Amino acid sequence: MFVNNDVKKTMDMEDRHVIKLSDPDHPVILSTEDLHVYYGQKEALFEGDLEFASNQITALIGPSGSGKSTYLRSLNRMNDRIATVTGKIMYRGVDINQPDIDVYEMRRRVGMVFQRPNPFAKSIYDNIAFALRLRGVTGKHELDEIVETSLKQAALWDQVKDDLKKSALALSGGQAQRLCIARAIAIKPDILLLDEPASALDPVSTGQLEDTLLSLKENYTIIIVTHNMQQAARISEYTAFFNQGRVLEYDTTSHIFTNPSVQVTSDYVSGNFG
Amino acid sequence: MNSKTQNKVAIGSLYGIAGLVVLILLALLGYILVSGVPQLSWHFLTAPGKAFLKGGGVGIQLFNSFYLLILAMLISFPIALGAAIYLYEYAKDNWLTTTIRTAIEILSSLPSVVVGLFGFLFFVVKLHLGFSILSGAFALTFFNLPLLTRSIEDSLRTVSDVQREGGLALGLSRWETVTRVILPAAVPSILTGVILSAGRVFGEAAALIYTAGQSAPALNFTDWNPFNISSPLNPMRPAETLAVHIWKINSEGIMPDAKAISSGSSAVLVIAILLFNFAARYLGKRLYKRLTSA
Repeated sequence: MFVNNDVKKTMDMEDRHVIKLSDPDHPVILSTEDLHVYYGQKEALFEGDLEFASNQITALIGPSGSGKSTYLRSLNRMNDRIATVTGKIMYRGVDINQPDIDVYEMRRRVGMVFQRPNPFAKSIYDNIAFALRLRGVTGKHELDEIVETSLKQAALWDQVKDDLKKSALALSGGQAQRLCIARAIAIKPDILLLDEPASALDPVSTGQLEDTLLSLKENYTIIIVTHNMQQAARISEYTAFFNQGRVLEYDTTSHIFTNPSVQVTSDYVSGNFG
Repeated sequence: MNSKTQNKVAIGSLYGIAGLVVLILLALLGYILVSGVPQLSWHFLTAPGKAFLKGGGVGIQLFNSFYLLILAMLISFPIALGAAIYLYEYAKDNWLTTTIRTAIEILSSLPSVVVGLFGFLFFVVKLHLGFSILSGAFALTFFNLPLLTRSIEDSLRTVSDVQREGGLALGLSRWETVTRVILPAAVPSILTGVILSAGRVFGEAAALIYTAGQSAPALNFTDWNPFNISSPLNPMRPAETLAVHIWKINSEGIMPDAKAISSGSSAVLVIAILLFNFAARYLGKRLYKRLTSA
């Protein structure tokens, strides 16, 4: 395999600080061991060893190209056709990075929301209902109820309850993104992965989105990639700092932002680079 | 010359060229319509043709054109749709897809008279289908397939990849994503492509001369049993289409009003194709609104 020697030299292993979790109230639900991601010959992620606590928000931060999105997309195998992913992804004791795993079933447990809001060219109602119908939920009453609950959980219900039959494409960016969250949680996943979900939104919508996420963590484990350090500080319990394809530091968010152990992390969170 | 004048000259000449194109098109269209429309009447559109006398119509040819078009579309659309979905949604870039794409390129640049002669040798002679609507429909399929495949593939391309990811992230399989997310979003554009290609097929003559034949036997429009020889629906009967009719009366028409019939037929053909084009735009927009409930 191709190894980037330049990067190796500058990265001293001593300079890493990755904690193991031990919070009995929030047991580890997802972890990765020795995860490597290759785009063709190019290694984009050298090793990702992280543990994620259930019903908590974990933020992945780091400069552009640091591998955080690559890492996130590997967690529910969205990189399957694009990249080679080696190593273990343990979800509730099962390695989901194996060929014989039913990825479609797995993605129903590990949902994802993307950077650009991507509502389907369907009505608001059908955006949420159609994946459920495909899984055999056909009762009108039941569907109505799930649509309503998920929209409420995503804090969108009050704005769209009279327009459920209207096209989702007519929603504003912030509304569309919350619809995508509603769509993702309607199939009742365990874990919600969010890839810079607020990067295309204005500050007001971003604030609403953050409130939504905070209220969602009661029921879901949330892992969020963000470029916005204030956002990470505001909403997450744990933060992982990525740099040049490695996890340099992983600890509680307060530790990362007030007293980071690694110099590079300190430089990044204080805005000296990145 | 300074850059400002240069810019003006460039814009001016581009306007000139564009204007010239529009002018030529309008002149052609105008000539066809002006000389053809006066010939049109209900009688002309419905009556059968006459070989030696004046006053014949193009009813049978018009019916043949539509029937052939529908048959050709019924055969070619499913194949083109499948090929396009495979090529765009599933296939990886390898020698196989490169070969298929090259084959499509070559097939689409094949002169239609070559397609017609191939159809004659293969369907008419070898498969004993004779000069028939079926032979014509197969030949038109060959003519249509590459263009339709390409246009459907382009329609799929207009649906953004984030939609595919959205479907997959919900635990949908690739097939479910294609059929439930991508195709509905692409339907308006696919429909536009289908109607536009229908226009091309409708006006095609060379591929049909040797396959569907140049004769329009009298039809009994009260007999809809496809197995009767005089039934309009019989796919094994020879069927001269409107475009072939124009070619034929201009080369060997001996009826006294051949010129008038030819002008009238041309006008009908042009109007039909214009209608196809407007319908494509209108239906595409309507359908998009409907499907996306915008």
